[in-house]
Amino acid sequence: MWRDALLVAGKDLRIEVRSRVATNQVAPFALLVLVLFAFALDPDRGVLTRAAAGLFWVAVLLSALLAVQRAQTVESAEGTGDALRLSGLDPAGIFLGKAGAVVVQLLALELLLGVGVVVLYGVDPSGWATLAATAVAATMGLAAAGTLYGALAAGSRVRETLLPLLLLPAVAPVLIAATRASEAALGTGGLDVASGDWLALLSVFAVVYVAFGVVAFGPLMEEQ
Amino acid sequence: MDDVVRLRSAVCLLGRFPALAGVDLVVPKGETLLVRGANGAGKTTLLRALAGLVPVVGGEAQVLGCDLRRDRRAVRRRVGLLGHSAALYDDLTVADNLRFWSRAARSPTPDLAGAMARLGLDGRLAGVPAARLSAGQRRRSALAVLVARSPELWLLDEPHAGLDAAGRDVLDDLVRQVTAAGATVVLASHELDRAAALATRSVTVAGGRMVDDGACVSDIVEGPSQPEPVHVA
Repeated sequence: MWRDALLVAGKDLRIEVRSRVATNQVAPFALLVLVLFAFALDPDRGVLTRAAAGLFWVAVLLSALLAVQRAQTVESAEGTGDALRLSGLDPAGIFLGKAGAVVVQLLALELLLGVGVVVLYGVDPSGWATLAATAVAATMGLAAAGTLYGALAAGSRVRETLLPLLLLPAVAPVLIAATRASEAALGTGGLDVASGDWLALLSVFAVVYVAFGVVAFGPLMEEQ
Repeated sequence: MDDVVRLRSAVCLLGRFPALAGVDLVVPKGETLLVRGANGAGKTTLLRALAGLVPVVGGEAQVLGCDLRRDRRAVRRRVGLLGHSAALYDDLTVADNLRFWSRAARSPTPDLAGAMARLGLDGRLAGVPAARLSAGQRRRSALAVLVARSPELWLLDEPHAGLDAAGRDVLDDLVRQVTAAGATVVLASHELDRAAALATRSVTVAGGRMVDDGACVSDIVEGPSQPEPVHVA
């Protein structure tokens, strides 16, 4: 399973490097979202700073939709989905590989967006360890849920519009928990809850969706 | 002789439509079987069912000793399917695609360079992204993937489509070589002259059923024998 996961992740990342969709489209889109938030809330820079964590994770969530959509698109064109099934690769390995590639892309994007938040929103970065742990746990959850719902939507003719409808409600807990954990790390939050509790919630979400994906991805592939 | 394919009253549904409605078919090892039939007759579904991609919901179905009704995934790594599309990742080069698919299939001794050379894809073409290939070059690349994978059962759906004359000759030589080496080939084609010259036997599918079995291949190549004309003085 792990060998198959590495093979698929390597292939997906190579495709992204060659196609430059992540660098030329997804990353500019995410930065644009940050800039638009700044335009909308510019009159009061204090609001931007206080809302920075939430705005950051909304931008990540919207970009994750594009990344997941893209990861599914490469398997639906030109019969590659059938070829993947025929190859005999372990479906759990395919799921882990595709989710892993999305994790790598999103973590790189979050680094870029983090710089954007500091520059545009005037956030004073602190609590690096908590921010990093939040980013890893939240991104794993987003990627696992996204890959799973992407496979679920892939069999539909309206997959492009169906995926956001399926995914956004499902990952609402990630948005909430990641925002609160980031706020706790940055000291901008209003709630007096330790970041550890939110991190625990993010970790549980990620573990549940990874486990669910490992089990369910095979049957979902067969349904496509 | 071992039977590579053994179907008995096999039924496959596409939605609620019976694309295969009780097919009986036996293909011995080393045979090259031509499947004929009109558009929509069930040729592609038959090939996809043999590859384990379409579930067989009725009757009996065994391919390479695997019971498709019990576990159709078991046979997949041992068959190669050339479908209507080339199954290439557009952003990867020809060499990248071959490398990925042969590793995915855990080919025991993948000779990627040999496979590309055999299909005329060595040299500059090996480093070209699949998106920039012509239809014929994509077809050759898909065939090169099969060569690198070296499956026991080759399932070829309209294999000559999109190939130029030289490519067709390469394909025909390839089919003859793999069957000589012990592999089995099932091909569906509308190009009967070309395909029949390769086949050792042909069957016809119509309405999801076999309408005859063991038609004389020479009839397809040469046309049915006509009675001698009678000259009246």
